Amino acid sequence: MGRFHRHEDGTEHAHDDDGHGEDHSGYQTGAERVEVLERIFGENDKTAAANRAAFAASGVRAVNLMSSPGAGKTTLLRETLSRLAGLVRIGIIEGDIETSLDADRLAGFGAAVALINTGNGFGGECHLDAPMVASALPRLPLGQLDLVLIENVGNLVCPAEFDVGQDARAMVYAITEGEEKPLKYPVMFRSCELVVVNKMDLLPHLDFDLDAFVGNLRTVNPAAEVLFASARTGEGVGAWCDWLRARL
Amino acid sequence: MHELSICSSIADIARRRAEGRAISVINVRVGQLRQIVPDTLVYCWSLISEQTPLAGSRIVVESVPARISCRSCGQTADLGDLPSFACAGCGGIDVEIVAGEEFLITSLELADEGEGG
Repeated sequence: MGRFHRHEDGTEHAHDDDGHGEDHSGYQTGAERVEVLERIFGENDKTAAANRAAFAASGVRAVNLMSSPGAGKTTLLRETLSRLAGLVRIGIIEGDIETSLDADRLAGFGAAVALINTGNGFGGECHLDAPMVASALPRLPLGQLDLVLIENVGNLVCPAEFDVGQDARAMVYAITEGEEKPLKYPVMFRSCELVVVNKMDLLPHLDFDLDAFVGNLRTVNPAAEVLFASARTGEGVGAWCDWLRARL
Repeated sequence: MHELSICSSIADIARRRAEGRAISVINVRVGQLRQIVPDTLVYCWSLISEQTPLAGSRIVVESVPARISCRSCGQTADLGDLPSFACAGCGGIDVEIVAGEEFLITSLELADEGEGG
Protein backbone atom coordinates (compact mmCIF):
# COMPACT_ATOMS: atom_id res chain seq x y z
CA MET A 1 0.00 0.00 0.00
CA GLY A 2 3.08 2.24 -0.08
CA ARG A 3 1.94 4.29 -3.02
CA PHE A 4 -1.56 4.81 -1.69
CA HIS A 5 -1.31 8.14 -0.12
CA ARG A 6 -4.23 8.43 2.22
CA HIS A 7 -4.92 11.62 4.07
CA GLU A 8 -7.93 11.97 6.28
CA ASP A 9 -7.63 15.72 6.08
CA GLY A 10 -7.77 16.04 2.31
CA THR A 11 -5.32 18.19 0.43
CA GLU A 12 -3.88 20.23 3.24
CA HIS A 13 -1.14 17.82 4.10
CA ALA A 14 2.39 19.18 4.05
CA HIS A 15 5.15 16.77 3.26
CA ASP A 16 7.84 18.55 5.14
CA ASP A 17 6.29 17.79 8.51
CA ASP A 18 3.99 14.82 8.29
CA GLY A 19 6.50 12.02 8.22
CA HIS A 20 6.29 10.87 4.63
CA GLY A 21 10.04 10.84 4.38
CA GLU A 22 10.40 7.33 3.04
CA ASP A 23 7.58 7.58 0.55
CA HIS A 24 9.07 10.74 -0.84
CA SER A 25 12.68 9.67 -0.80
CA GLY A 26 14.81 11.77 -3.05
CA TYR A 27 12.85 14.92 -2.46
CA GLN A 28 14.06 17.64 -0.21
CA THR A 29 11.81 18.78 2.54
CA GLY A 30 10.38 22.17 1.84
CA ALA A 31 9.90 21.45 -1.87
CA GLU A 32 7.33 23.80 -3.24
CA ARG A 33 3.78 22.58 -3.47
CA VAL A 34 1.18 23.94 -5.88
CA GLU A 35 -2.44 23.51 -4.94
CA VAL A 36 -4.43 22.49 -8.00
CA LEU A 37 -7.87 21.08 -7.10
CA GLU A 38 -8.76 20.63 -10.74
CA ARG A 39 -11.11 17.95 -12.02
CA ILE A 40 -9.33 15.55 -14.34
CA PHE A 41 -12.40 15.18 -16.56
CA GLY A 42 -12.74 18.96 -16.78
CA GLU A 43 -11.66 19.21 -20.42
CA ASN A 44 -13.85 16.28 -21.44
CA ASP A 45 -16.83 17.75 -19.64
CA LYS A 46 -16.31 21.12 -21.30
CA THR A 47 -16.42 19.45 -24.71
CA ALA A 48 -19.43 17.38 -23.61
CA ALA A 49 -21.26 20.59 -22.75
CA ALA A 50 -20.41 21.96 -26.20
CA ASN A 51 -21.73 18.76 -27.83
CA ARG A 52 -24.90 19.03 -25.76
CA ALA A 53 -25.34 22.63 -26.87
CA ALA A 54 -24.79 21.63 -30.51
CA PHE A 55 -27.47 18.93 -30.25
CA ALA A 56 -29.85 21.34 -28.54
CA ALA A 57 -29.23 24.09 -31.10
CA SER A 58 -30.39 21.69 -33.83
CA GLY A 59 -33.32 20.39 -31.83
CA VAL A 60 -31.72 16.95 -31.67
CA ARG A 61 -31.89 14.55 -28.74
CA ALA A 62 -28.89 12.30 -28.17
CA VAL A 63 -28.90 8.92 -26.47
CA ASN A 64 -25.67 7.25 -25.39
CA LEU A 65 -26.17 3.51 -25.81
CA MET A 66 -23.80 1.30 -23.85
CA SER A 67 -23.35 -2.42 -23.21
CA SER A 68 -20.88 -5.27 -23.07
CA PRO A 69 -19.48 -6.50 -26.37
CA GLY A 70 -22.05 -8.73 -28.02
CA ALA A 71 -25.09 -7.69 -25.97
CA GLY A 72 -26.94 -6.74 -29.13
CA LYS A 73 -26.63 -2.97 -29.52
CA THR A 74 -26.09 -3.07 -33.25
CA THR A 75 -28.89 -5.57 -33.87
CA LEU A 76 -31.23 -3.45 -31.76
CA LEU A 77 -30.19 -0.35 -33.70
CA ARG A 78 -30.84 -2.06 -37.05
CA GLU A 79 -34.30 -3.01 -35.88
CA THR A 80 -34.82 0.50 -34.53
CA LEU A 81 -33.81 2.18 -37.80
CA SER A 82 -36.07 -0.16 -39.72
CA ARG A 83 -39.09 0.55 -37.49
CA LEU A 84 -38.61 4.29 -37.17
CA ALA A 85 -37.82 4.93 -40.85
CA GLY A 86 -40.02 7.77 -42.04
CA LEU A 87 -41.09 8.58 -38.48
CA VAL A 88 -37.92 9.78 -36.79
CA ARG A 89 -34.87 11.17 -38.55
CA ILE A 90 -32.00 9.33 -36.92
CA GLY A 91 -28.24 9.77 -37.05
CA ILE A 92 -25.84 7.22 -35.65
CA ILE A 93 -22.45 7.78 -34.08
CA GLU A 94 -20.77 4.42 -34.11
CA GLY A 95 -17.83 3.81 -31.82
CA ASP A 96 -15.60 0.82 -32.38
CA ILE A 97 -12.03 0.10 -31.49
CA GLU A 98 -11.33 -1.29 -34.96
CA THR A 99 -13.18 -2.04 -38.22
CA SER A 100 -16.31 -0.60 -39.78
CA LEU A 101 -18.21 -3.88 -39.40
CA ASP A 102 -20.93 -2.45 -37.16
CA ALA A 103 -21.24 0.72 -39.23
CA ASP A 104 -21.57 -1.48 -42.33
CA ARG A 105 -24.39 -3.42 -40.67
CA LEU A 106 -26.21 -0.14 -40.08
CA ALA A 107 -25.78 1.14 -43.64
CA GLY A 108 -28.73 0.99 -45.99
CA PHE A 109 -31.39 2.02 -43.49
CA GLY A 110 -31.44 5.64 -44.56
CA ALA A 111 -29.73 6.91 -41.42
CA ALA A 112 -26.57 9.01 -41.45
CA VAL A 113 -23.79 7.00 -39.82
CA ALA A 114 -20.57 8.57 -38.53
CA LEU A 115 -17.98 5.98 -37.55
CA ILE A 116 -15.36 6.66 -34.91
CA ASN A 117 -12.55 4.13 -34.74
CA THR A 118 -10.99 4.54 -31.34
CA GLY A 119 -7.99 2.31 -32.07
CA ASN A 120 -5.77 5.14 -33.27
CA GLY A 121 -4.56 6.15 -29.87
CA PHE A 122 -1.85 4.32 -28.00
CA GLY A 123 -3.41 1.01 -27.00
CA GLY A 124 -6.78 2.00 -28.42
CA GLU A 125 -9.60 3.48 -26.44
CA CYS A 126 -12.27 1.35 -24.87
CA HIS A 127 -14.89 4.11 -24.75
CA LEU A 128 -16.08 7.20 -26.54
CA ASP A 129 -15.18 10.49 -24.97
CA ALA A 130 -16.58 13.92 -25.67
CA PRO A 131 -13.83 15.05 -28.10
CA MET A 132 -14.36 11.89 -30.17
CA VAL A 133 -18.08 12.57 -30.42
CA ALA A 134 -17.32 16.21 -31.24
CA SER A 135 -15.16 15.02 -34.13
CA ALA A 136 -18.11 13.02 -35.50
CA LEU A 137 -20.64 15.85 -35.36
CA PRO A 138 -19.54 17.60 -38.59
CA ARG A 139 -20.20 14.32 -40.40
CA LEU A 140 -23.86 14.27 -39.35
CA PRO A 141 -26.50 16.59 -40.84
CA LEU A 142 -27.70 17.64 -37.39
CA GLY A 143 -30.11 20.22 -38.79
CA GLN A 144 -32.02 17.47 -40.57
CA LEU A 145 -32.17 15.03 -37.65
CA ASP A 146 -34.43 14.43 -34.65
CA LEU A 147 -32.38 11.88 -32.79
CA VAL A 148 -28.73 10.83 -32.58
CA LEU A 149 -28.00 7.40 -31.21
CA ILE A 150 -24.44 7.09 -29.98
CA GLU A 151 -23.37 3.46 -30.00
CA ASN A 152 -20.55 3.37 -27.51
CA VAL A 153 -17.70 0.88 -27.47
CA GLY A 154 -18.77 -2.44 -25.98
CA ASN A 155 -17.48 -2.28 -22.41
CA LEU A 156 -19.15 -2.15 -18.99
CA VAL A 157 -16.49 -0.01 -17.33
CA CYS A 158 -15.01 2.94 -19.19
CA PRO A 159 -17.98 4.34 -21.13
CA ALA A 160 -19.74 5.08 -17.85
CA GLU A 161 -16.96 7.49 -16.88
CA PHE A 162 -17.19 9.80 -19.88
CA ASP A 163 -19.93 12.32 -20.49
CA VAL A 164 -20.16 12.70 -24.27
CA GLY A 165 -22.94 15.31 -24.26
CA GLN A 166 -25.90 12.94 -24.42
CA ASP A 167 -29.38 13.74 -23.14
CA ALA A 168 -29.85 10.25 -21.78
CA ARG A 169 -27.88 7.08 -21.22
CA ALA A 170 -29.34 3.68 -21.94
CA MET A 171 -27.93 0.18 -21.70
CA VAL A 172 -28.52 -2.99 -23.61
CA TYR A 173 -28.03 -5.99 -21.35
CA ALA A 174 -28.08 -9.56 -22.64
CA ILE A 175 -29.50 -12.20 -20.33
CA THR A 176 -26.57 -14.41 -21.36
CA GLU A 177 -24.42 -12.13 -19.18
CA GLY A 178 -25.82 -13.55 -15.95
CA GLU A 179 -27.60 -11.98 -12.99
CA GLU A 180 -24.70 -10.39 -11.13
CA LYS A 181 -23.28 -7.82 -13.50
CA PRO A 182 -25.14 -4.88 -11.88
CA LEU A 183 -23.29 -5.63 -8.64
CA LYS A 184 -19.96 -5.97 -10.43
CA TYR A 185 -20.35 -2.87 -12.58
CA PRO A 186 -22.52 -0.61 -10.43
CA VAL A 187 -21.24 2.62 -11.95
CA MET A 188 -22.40 1.62 -15.42
CA PHE A 189 -25.80 0.37 -14.27
CA ARG A 190 -26.29 3.39 -12.06
CA SER A 191 -25.51 5.81 -14.89
CA CYS A 192 -28.43 4.65 -17.05
CA GLU A 193 -32.01 5.84 -17.22
CA LEU A 194 -33.08 2.74 -19.12
CA VAL A 195 -31.89 -0.85 -19.28
CA VAL A 196 -33.07 -2.88 -22.24
CA VAL A 197 -32.84 -6.52 -21.18
CA ASN A 198 -32.12 -8.21 -24.49
CA LYS A 199 -32.06 -11.75 -25.91
CA MET A 200 -35.22 -12.63 -23.99
CA ASP A 201 -35.94 -15.28 -26.65
CA LEU A 202 -33.12 -17.30 -25.07
CA LEU A 203 -34.70 -17.33 -21.61
CA PRO A 204 -36.07 -20.90 -21.85
CA HIS A 205 -32.59 -22.18 -22.69
CA LEU A 206 -30.69 -20.49 -19.89
CA ASP A 207 -30.46 -20.75 -16.12
CA PHE A 208 -30.82 -16.97 -15.99
CA ASP A 209 -32.87 -15.85 -12.98
CA LEU A 210 -34.70 -12.78 -14.26
CA ASP A 211 -36.04 -11.75 -10.83
CA ALA A 212 -32.57 -11.95 -9.30
CA PHE A 213 -31.18 -9.79 -12.09
CA VAL A 214 -33.87 -7.16 -11.67
CA GLY A 215 -33.29 -7.24 -7.90
CA ASN A 216 -29.57 -6.66 -8.42
CA LEU A 217 -30.28 -3.85 -10.84
CA ARG A 218 -32.66 -2.25 -8.34
CA THR A 219 -29.96 -2.50 -5.66
CA VAL A 220 -27.65 -0.21 -7.62
CA ASN A 221 -30.20 1.81 -9.60
CA PRO A 222 -33.70 1.85 -8.12
CA ALA A 223 -34.87 4.49 -10.58
CA ALA A 224 -33.90 2.84 -13.87
CA GLU A 225 -36.62 1.94 -16.32
CA VAL A 226 -36.44 -1.67 -17.52
CA LEU A 227 -37.66 -3.05 -20.83
CA PHE A 228 -37.57 -6.69 -21.86
CA ALA A 229 -36.75 -7.30 -25.48
CA SER A 230 -35.34 -9.52 -28.14
CA ALA A 231 -33.80 -7.58 -30.98
CA ARG A 232 -33.78 -10.89 -32.87
CA THR A 233 -37.50 -11.65 -32.66
CA GLY A 234 -38.63 -8.05 -32.33
CA GLU A 235 -40.22 -8.60 -28.92
CA GLY A 236 -40.10 -5.40 -26.88
CA VAL A 237 -38.45 -3.39 -29.65
CA GLY A 238 -41.64 -1.38 -30.06
CA ALA A 239 -41.48 -0.33 -26.41
CA TRP A 240 -37.86 0.73 -26.89
CA CYS A 241 -38.84 2.76 -29.95
CA ASP A 242 -41.66 4.34 -27.92
CA TRP A 243 -39.16 5.23 -25.19
CA LEU A 244 -36.96 6.93 -27.78
CA ARG A 245 -39.88 8.81 -29.35
CA ALA A 246 -41.06 9.98 -25.95
CA ARG A 247 -37.75 11.77 -25.53
CA LEU A 248 -38.16 13.89 -28.67
CA MET B 1 -8.16 0.58 -19.57
CA HIS B 2 -9.13 4.22 -19.74
CA GLU B 3 -6.20 5.08 -17.49
CA LEU B 4 -4.04 5.93 -20.51
CA SER B 5 -6.29 8.69 -21.77
CA ILE B 6 -6.80 9.85 -18.20
CA CYS B 7 -3.02 10.15 -17.82
CA SER B 8 -2.94 12.35 -20.90
CA SER B 9 -5.47 14.66 -19.24
CA ILE B 10 -3.44 14.65 -16.04
CA ALA B 11 -0.30 15.54 -18.00
CA ASP B 12 -2.08 18.47 -19.68
CA ILE B 13 -3.29 19.86 -16.38
CA ALA B 14 0.02 19.30 -14.61
CA ARG B 15 2.02 21.00 -17.36
CA ARG B 16 -0.29 23.99 -17.39
CA ARG B 17 -0.31 24.41 -13.62
CA ALA B 18 3.43 23.87 -13.19
CA GLU B 19 4.15 26.75 -15.58
CA GLY B 20 7.43 25.30 -16.75
CA ARG B 21 8.68 24.19 -13.35
CA ALA B 22 9.76 20.57 -12.86
CA ILE B 23 7.28 18.31 -11.07
CA SER B 24 8.22 15.53 -8.69
CA VAL B 25 4.82 14.35 -7.47
CA ILE B 26 1.25 14.72 -8.74
CA ASN B 27 -1.28 14.13 -5.97
CA VAL B 28 -4.52 12.69 -7.28
CA ARG B 29 -7.73 12.05 -5.33
CA VAL B 30 -9.84 9.15 -6.59
CA GLY B 31 -13.27 8.25 -5.26
CA GLN B 32 -14.21 4.59 -4.82
CA LEU B 33 -16.95 4.93 -7.43
CA ARG B 34 -14.48 6.10 -10.03
CA GLN B 35 -13.41 3.01 -11.85
CA ILE B 36 -9.78 3.94 -11.73
CA VAL B 37 -7.28 1.26 -10.76
CA PRO B 38 -4.54 3.06 -8.82
CA ASP B 39 -1.77 0.65 -9.84
CA THR B 40 -2.79 0.92 -13.48
CA LEU B 41 -2.84 4.69 -13.23
CA VAL B 42 0.67 4.70 -11.80
CA TYR B 43 1.87 2.31 -14.49
CA CYS B 44 0.23 4.26 -17.32
CA TRP B 45 1.77 7.42 -15.97
CA SER B 46 5.24 5.94 -16.42
CA LEU B 47 4.35 5.18 -20.05
CA ILE B 48 2.82 8.56 -20.79
CA SER B 49 5.48 10.63 -19.06
CA GLU B 50 8.44 8.71 -20.49
CA GLN B 51 10.63 10.86 -22.72
CA THR B 52 8.74 13.99 -21.81
CA PRO B 53 9.70 16.75 -19.37
CA LEU B 54 7.41 14.93 -16.89
CA ALA B 55 9.58 11.81 -16.88
CA GLY B 56 10.58 10.85 -13.36
CA SER B 57 7.52 12.40 -11.77
CA ARG B 58 5.14 10.16 -9.87
CA ILE B 59 1.42 9.97 -9.34
CA VAL B 60 0.35 9.46 -5.75
CA VAL B 61 -3.22 8.30 -5.31
CA GLU B 62 -5.42 9.22 -2.36
CA SER B 63 -8.46 6.91 -2.32
CA VAL B 64 -11.78 8.16 -0.98
CA PRO B 65 -14.40 5.65 0.23
CA ALA B 66 -17.90 6.05 -1.11
CA ARG B 67 -20.54 7.33 1.32
CA ILE B 68 -24.26 7.51 0.86
CA SER B 69 -26.77 9.58 2.73
CA CYS B 70 -30.40 8.47 3.01
CA ARG B 71 -32.95 11.12 2.10
CA SER B 72 -35.60 9.29 4.10
CA CYS B 73 -33.98 8.71 7.48
CA GLY B 74 -30.88 10.88 7.17
CA GLN B 75 -28.39 8.14 7.97
CA THR B 76 -25.00 8.49 6.34
CA ALA B 77 -22.80 5.43 5.92
CA ASP B 78 -19.92 4.01 3.93
CA LEU B 79 -21.02 2.09 0.89
CA GLY B 80 -18.66 -0.78 1.61
CA ASP B 81 -17.37 -3.34 -0.82
CA LEU B 82 -20.66 -4.71 -2.05
CA PRO B 83 -22.30 -1.75 -3.64
CA SER B 84 -25.84 -1.79 -2.38
CA PHE B 85 -27.13 1.71 -2.79
CA ALA B 86 -29.95 1.09 -0.33
CA CYS B 87 -29.82 2.67 3.13
CA ALA B 88 -28.47 0.23 5.71
CA GLY B 89 -30.59 1.94 8.35
CA CYS B 90 -34.11 1.99 6.91
CA GLY B 91 -33.72 0.14 3.62
CA GLY B 92 -34.68 3.26 1.70
CA ILE B 93 -33.48 3.54 -1.86
CA ASP B 94 -33.64 7.30 -2.19
CA VAL B 95 -30.02 7.96 -1.35
CA GLU B 96 -27.52 10.61 -2.26
CA ILE B 97 -23.88 9.85 -2.93
CA VAL B 98 -22.00 12.27 -0.72
CA ALA B 99 -18.47 10.97 -1.34
CA GLY B 100 -16.74 8.57 -3.69
CA GLU B 101 -17.15 10.29 -7.04
CA GLU B 102 -14.11 12.56 -6.71
CA PHE B 103 -11.50 12.54 -9.42
CA LEU B 104 -9.15 15.45 -9.32
CA ILE B 105 -5.59 16.60 -9.09
CA THR B 106 -5.25 18.05 -5.62
CA SER B 107 -1.70 19.37 -5.81
CA LEU B 108 1.67 19.22 -7.45
CA GLU B 109 4.95 18.92 -5.62
CA LEU B 110 7.68 20.69 -7.50
CA ALA B 111 11.17 19.31 -7.87
CA ASP B 112 13.92 21.31 -6.27
CA GLU B 113 15.69 23.62 -8.64
CA GLY B 114 18.34 21.88 -10.65
CA GLU B 115 16.79 18.49 -9.98
CA GLY B 116 15.21 18.10 -13.37
CA GLY B 117 14.08 19.73 -16.54
